[in-house]
Amino acid sequence: MLRNFLIALVLASFGFIFYNLYNSYEPHTELTGIAAHYAENGASEVGAANLVTAVVVSYRSFDTLGEITILFLTAAIISFFLKLSKEDEEKVIIHRGTSELLKTASQLLVPIMFLFGIYVFLNGHLTPGGGFQGGAIIASAIVLAIMANPNMTINHSVIIWVESLSGVSVVLIGVLGILLGGGFLDTTLDGYGLGEFGTIFSAGTIPVIYSLVGLKVGAELSNILNMYQKSQKEA
Amino acid sequence: MNNEIIYSVIAIGIGVLMVIMAVIAILNNKLSVAIIAAGVVSLFASVLFLLMAAPDVAMTEAAIGSGLSTLIFFYVLNKIKRQNA
Repeated sequence: MLRNFLIALVLASFGFIFYNLYNSYEPHTELTGIAAHYAENGASEVGAANLVTAVVVSYRSFDTLGEITILFLTAAIISFFLKLSKEDEEKVIIHRGTSELLKTASQLLVPIMFLFGIYVFLNGHLTPGGGFQGGAIIASAIVLAIMANPNMTINHSVIIWVESLSGVSVVLIGVLGILLGGGFLDTTLDGYGLGEFGTIFSAGTIPVIYSLVGLKVGAELSNILNMYQKSQKEA
Repeated sequence: MNNEIIYSVIAIGIGVLMVIMAVIAILNNKLSVAIIAAGVVSLFASVLFLLMAAPDVAMTEAAIGSGLSTLIFFYVLNKIKRQNA
């Protein structure tokens, strides 16, 4: 009885808070403050046609560096808790056999999904999407391949090398910003220039950074899913 | 003006569906149904993000929220079921 009363009380107070928020909400009719600065000067300062990318990779690149670090930590913690012994690695999954449809479809779709992921992160500064989205699409392609063939193994050393090299390269390009540009993680290097607005070779180092982020995210997510898949094995 | 009304109706309909799916995810006794319902909530959320002109967020939500995290839930559910059996 008391428990139900408390639940009702909490729900009522939440309702009150949200109703007040809703009541006092007035939509802005025009951009204000720093958002107006980004919208007006984003194209000339950073040179990225996709303003979201300009904010994520250039104006707010510290946030992105933090996100990459968080994802790396997540992958490390998951691999710590899903410790696989040598025996686990050699076990084989006994499955009922994947359907012919899934096998055939995966042969057709996996390469296309890979290409689409690469397209998304290469064009991160021009079209919606970017490193994180492209990496997630690549990981989805790997999931489809794993589902079609549950005993597939992914080369661990390749994943580790791709992940570490791209992570280090992102930081090195950031340091390059100190030397050539206006500060750490500055994407408009003076020597490199912004290029022609709207083409693939534009916006300073944004395409390079986003491609590296895409490779890193794709490798990390694929690694996590591969570990979960291996932990399903039984003799 | 007419377009705005249509957009609002679609957005409110998706919102109501999201709430229904979330309630199913909480109240259903079968865990697999609950996982699917939680994935559908993310899928509707990504459509809503697209309607609100945020395609970048919509892509992330569709790929990670409704794709990969649903799959990880299924992997974990499978492992727990085997350990209990």
